[in-house]
Amino acid sequence: MVKSVYEEYNILPQKLIDEVRDEATANKLKTDEIRKVLERVKNAFDSSQVNPGESIGIVTAESIGEPGTQMTLNVFHFAGVAEVAVTLGLPRLIELLDARKEPSTPKIEVYLQKDISKDAAAVKKVAVSIKQTKLGELVEEFTINMTQFRVEVYLDKKKMRDFGISENFVSKVIEDTLKNASVKINRDFITIKPKAEQFELKELYQLREKCRELHVKGVKGIKQVLPVKRDNEFIVICVGNSLEGVLDIEGVDCRKTVTNDIFKTEAVLGIEAARQAIINEAIEVIENQGLDIDIRHIMLLADVMTSAGSIKGITRSGITGEKESVLARASFETPIKHIINATLKGEEDKLNSVIENVMLNQEIPVGTGLPSLIAKMRGNLK
Amino acid sequence: MEIPSGPDLYTKMVKKSAVKTEKKFDVRTHILVPKHIKMTPEEMEELMKQFNIDKKQLPKIKRTDPALEGMSVEKGDIIKIVRKSPTVGESFFYRVVVA
Repeated sequence: MVKSVYEEYNILPQKLIDEVRDEATANKLKTDEIRKVLERVKNAFDSSQVNPGESIGIVTAESIGEPGTQMTLNVFHFAGVAEVAVTLGLPRLIELLDARKEPSTPKIEVYLQKDISKDAAAVKKVAVSIKQTKLGELVEEFTINMTQFRVEVYLDKKKMRDFGISENFVSKVIEDTLKNASVKINRDFITIKPKAEQFELKELYQLREKCRELHVKGVKGIKQVLPVKRDNEFIVICVGNSLEGVLDIEGVDCRKTVTNDIFKTEAVLGIEAARQAIINEAIEVIENQGLDIDIRHIMLLADVMTSAGSIKGITRSGITGEKESVLARASFETPIKHIINATLKGEEDKLNSVIENVMLNQEIPVGTGLPSLIAKMRGNLK
Repeated sequence: MEIPSGPDLYTKMVKKSAVKTEKKFDVRTHILVPKHIKMTPEEMEELMKQFNIDKKQLPKIKRTDPALEGMSVEKGDIIKIVRKSPTVGESFFYRVVVA
């Protein structure tokens, strides 16, 4: 019987109904008492809904803009002890909302599979396998042998052991990446010689520099890894944004691993994931600054940024640049450019939106200005 | 110098990842990705009627979107997205597939 009471009010969000149900069972309410509660909940719900024509965009802009002025303008700050430095505060928020292609401090939070995440040694192993290793880090010395015309690579054996790499592996990697050089393992060193019969000394120097930057193992672009304990399990914080590379590593929990690069998120996980990432990142900044902005404003913002199917920032090349009205675009940034271009193209402004009507001192289609009268005429008016 | 025999940790890893690339992880299991459902033509019709809108007024999603992988979608299909929302629990969102 009790079930049917809740079904009567199924226009309410499931979350509210669940809350009422939990409270009702805890306080052992009778059916008609529950109905009374639900009726009041429904009234409260109805009165808190946004009215048609309410300009929620402006409310959002103000709700984010005002607390934004309270933010610490420039923070050189470490988020927690011994963690990676991440841009926070206003610079990060601007970066997010402008949808900059690359965040100034790209970061990946790698979660690990359950059996690994509790074991510090295993976590370290995975962390090492994620970090990119260049040949230069494993080498004691690069020498150029003038008499033999070759580059000699003296490997640091201790480091090799730490990274768990064999000489064979290194020489194979060199051979695979440097197509026009032959590689040979000697007693103490690896020799690299250009395959061409004739070459200049300059090329040897170039070859040496190339070797230094040679990618040996790990995920390309991950410059730093840091295992951190968070809520009873270890996660690995990586500096870099190669999400797809990290997800391929053995032992990584692909379901939970996230990056703060929203464009990478879009590319790997899709536009809906990017929307969620924008919300999460924005909330993180806001909470970090001790501010309180209602999540609905941020959700609206993220919806607008992702509604075109790809991420569009709030800039003249993003959302604002795609507005239909010439005057609306001109009112944001670089007005003269927009007006001149519109003149050249012969663009038309239908005056459908807010800002252009404000400019022309007309009623704006917002709130009470939105509805218009439609009358059906019967017969001919004389 | 003596060369250690047998495959070391990283050659093993390289081999493993070579096998793994064939079986890419399922994007749809990721915590950031909500459920994407393709709507039937009847449902699409009903949706248009309910909101009194045109297809092109809906938000868009690219056909190549990673979250649509494995679904046979065409341009013009509507994807229903079931989001987990902190404010209402579960909310529906609709996106029209564009090229």
